[in-house]
Amino acid sequence: MTVIRKKGFTNGIRLDENKKSAYSPIQIFKIPSRVIIPLQQHIGAECEPLVKKGDFVLEGQLIGDSSEAISARIHSSINGVVSGILKIVNPSTSTIINAVEIRAHENPETHLHNRTNKTEEIREKASPAPPKATDNIPSAADAAIDDTITFADDILKASDDIHYDRGDTLSFNTGITKTTDDITSYTDDILAAVDKIPVIRLLEIIKNSGIVGLGGAAFPTHIKLSPPAKNKIDTLIINGCECEPYITSDHRLMLEYGHEVICGIYIISRILKTGNVFIAIEDNKEDAIINLENIIYSLGLEKSFKIVSLQSKYPMGAEKVLIYNILRRKVPAGSLPFDVGVVVNNVGTSRAVYDAVIKGKPLIERVITVTGDIESPVNLMVRIGTLLGDIIESIHAPKDKSLKLIFGGPMTGFSINNMDFPVTKAINCILVKHVSKQAENNCIRCSRCVSVCPMNLMPLMYASFVKNNKYDACREYYIESCIECGSCAYVCPASIPLLGYIKTGKSVLARNN
Amino acid sequence: METRELIKSGEILISHPPHIWKGFSTAKIMYIVLAILLLPAGAAVYFFGLHALWVMLSSTATAILVEFIIRKLRKKRFVMDGSAAITGLLLALTLPPRIPIWMVIVGSVFSIAIVKEAFGGLGYNIFNPALAGRAFLAICFPVRMTEWYLPGNFAVDAMTSATPLSESYMYEGTKAAVYKDLFFGNIAGSIGETSAMIIIIGGLILISLRLIDWRIPVIYIGTVAAGALIFGQDAVFQIFAGGLMLGAFFMATDYVTSPVTPLGRSIFAFGAGVITLLIRNYSAMPEGVCFAILIMNAFTPLIDKYIKPKPFGYLRKRAKLKIKDQVKV
Repeated sequence: MTVIRKKGFTNGIRLDENKKSAYSPIQIFKIPSRVIIPLQQHIGAECEPLVKKGDFVLEGQLIGDSSEAISARIHSSINGVVSGILKIVNPSTSTIINAVEIRAHENPETHLHNRTNKTEEIREKASPAPPKATDNIPSAADAAIDDTITFADDILKASDDIHYDRGDTLSFNTGITKTTDDITSYTDDILAAVDKIPVIRLLEIIKNSGIVGLGGAAFPTHIKLSPPAKNKIDTLIINGCECEPYITSDHRLMLEYGHEVICGIYIISRILKTGNVFIAIEDNKEDAIINLENIIYSLGLEKSFKIVSLQSKYPMGAEKVLIYNILRRKVPAGSLPFDVGVVVNNVGTSRAVYDAVIKGKPLIERVITVTGDIESPVNLMVRIGTLLGDIIESIHAPKDKSLKLIFGGPMTGFSINNMDFPVTKAINCILVKHVSKQAENNCIRCSRCVSVCPMNLMPLMYASFVKNNKYDACREYYIESCIECGSCAYVCPASIPLLGYIKTGKSVLARNN
Repeated sequence: METRELIKSGEILISHPPHIWKGFSTAKIMYIVLAILLLPAGAAVYFFGLHALWVMLSSTATAILVEFIIRKLRKKRFVMDGSAAITGLLLALTLPPRIPIWMVIVGSVFSIAIVKEAFGGLGYNIFNPALAGRAFLAICFPVRMTEWYLPGNFAVDAMTSATPLSESYMYEGTKAAVYKDLFFGNIAGSIGETSAMIIIIGGLILISLRLIDWRIPVIYIGTVAAGALIFGQDAVFQIFAGGLMLGAFFMATDYVTSPVTPLGRSIFAFGAGVITLLIRNYSAMPEGVCFAILIMNAFTPLIDKYIKPKPFGYLRKRAKLKIKDQVKV
């Protein structure tokens, strides 16, 4: 029995799911002619640009790095030429950050030549007797090498920027020479190969690939996977809840990339050395549960991998709520899941880990759901840095007034009015919605916000304190425990933007300290 | 690119998340409560005749009008959310059946103008406006506010009757008959308070729609019943007589003037029960519900300050950590 069904969780709200794109397979979105890649797409320090205006860059080339402890590398998502370093606003921190603007190059021959030279340079460095490539496709040469793992190590050490060759680098870290993308027939081989790669190497690959949590918080994954020594990690939870309405990107991933996801989870569990893995999926995604269950059985992983079917309630996918619902462990306020021996990762992150370790591919694309009040909601595999305008052009956006463009889900996403805003690693959805302006009325103290709060807070208090500039009083009511799920504002009869007041209060308190 | 043009014209909205709203607005809540209040209002007309209807209509109309005028004078937005209508109707339900209309209007003006709007309007009032209006009338016109009549007797020269809770009230007939009268409402009292059955039906609808917290009426009535047993009184009589039912289901549960946490509400209801018992047993007044709830209203901010739910994952070690930090500094 790999599926555990759980109930419980009395707080939390039922939302209209509106998962309109649940049956729309993931489509590969066209490679954009221009991308803007912010140098801070994660929690942590902003990266320094490693390229300058006029540089040629390759798909997967490292273009941003930071020496800070908490940061994640940034890679170019297309082949092209750097057309400038721009200043843009990071919506999650409201700070001005740098972004690399890259235009696809008209003449791919030029940079293909460039790339081959570079690759050969590295190969010479890496291997004392490099096998000479018979043609210009370097991966064919890679496949011919016997000790691919050592080779991969050296390549990674020599240069992190061009170890990725799109499409056929399955051989890179595993020694498997099959070139098809359909891995269903040889997943066993991949798992066996993963067992041979040292943990420290796996972590390094994840770090070099710039992987961050793809569920929305974008915390650098390599830090999440190297917990402090004092914390013994006994459980890995893979978050496939996708509790926000409309979003279906993780759902489609679990259906279409089930093998990749399971392999990624296997890699993560190997890094954490835990045999206790829960894959949490809400019970509105029964097909995904069945698919992953079949894969787990076919790979003989059912002893350690268990699927937990959870009630579809918001915010089930919030880390602390999820851990409590599965393990009945409470993460102390102000602490991380490390402290209760748990690491939580998203299914999208698992797939990115698979891509990095098995395909040698850094995080340069992700699945997003484009949905809302549009004719045909879709799930798209887009390159990081793709501009909102390009995506909006491809759908039939309604012409009406009072339209909102939302990056992220309807509960936590941020609305935007700039068509040049790029898709970042943290974005899982683009939502086009009609919204009527709601006037904010007086609070009638109905306490609906108190009863829905998953963190047991009193959101109504924050609104009145922030309105009266009594920020310190917010702390007496534990404002820092808020996970910003937005449930309070959703139920508020007076349509008070409670989450807005909370965010204001939090940021003022953070600045004052 | 229509959307691009929309951006240029500033039609794309920017706001904080969440971007969806449940849509269960204040006005909807108020109108549902108002609809449920039509039950005791109908009973009032049935038991006390057309004058009860005029009392309720004048009180409600005055409340809405006064709120409109004061919002305009204060240059604030007037929202027709039904809250003034509820205050007006609730006030009327607590008044005696033969009260002159001008007194009703005075009470209604006081409720809205002084108790509600002078404190800042909906959501900012400390005291329940309807109860405060009733208390004001009881202090200004003590005689007319304690003239009770038996239901069904619409004659001009009808005899006044004692309220069932006063000492001069005499049982007529068997105990069972008295209980029956109390339950169905065939008894002297305020126009909307006599029929316990109708109020309980309305209250149960409110609870089942999750519009009010069950803790307040259950604990309030439970406390009064338990107290009556301790004082050696007839518990059934104590909970059905007087304004306890209306107070417990419709007055004490007022969102604005009651605490917001489950524990806070329990304390609030228990306190109201205790004060009701004290007033009924030791004061000169026969009835204590109105003042008991008003006194507990005054405690509400205090209860909300000290009864905070512990946040998820709260650590008691917080105090210790602080001391450590100080040592370090």
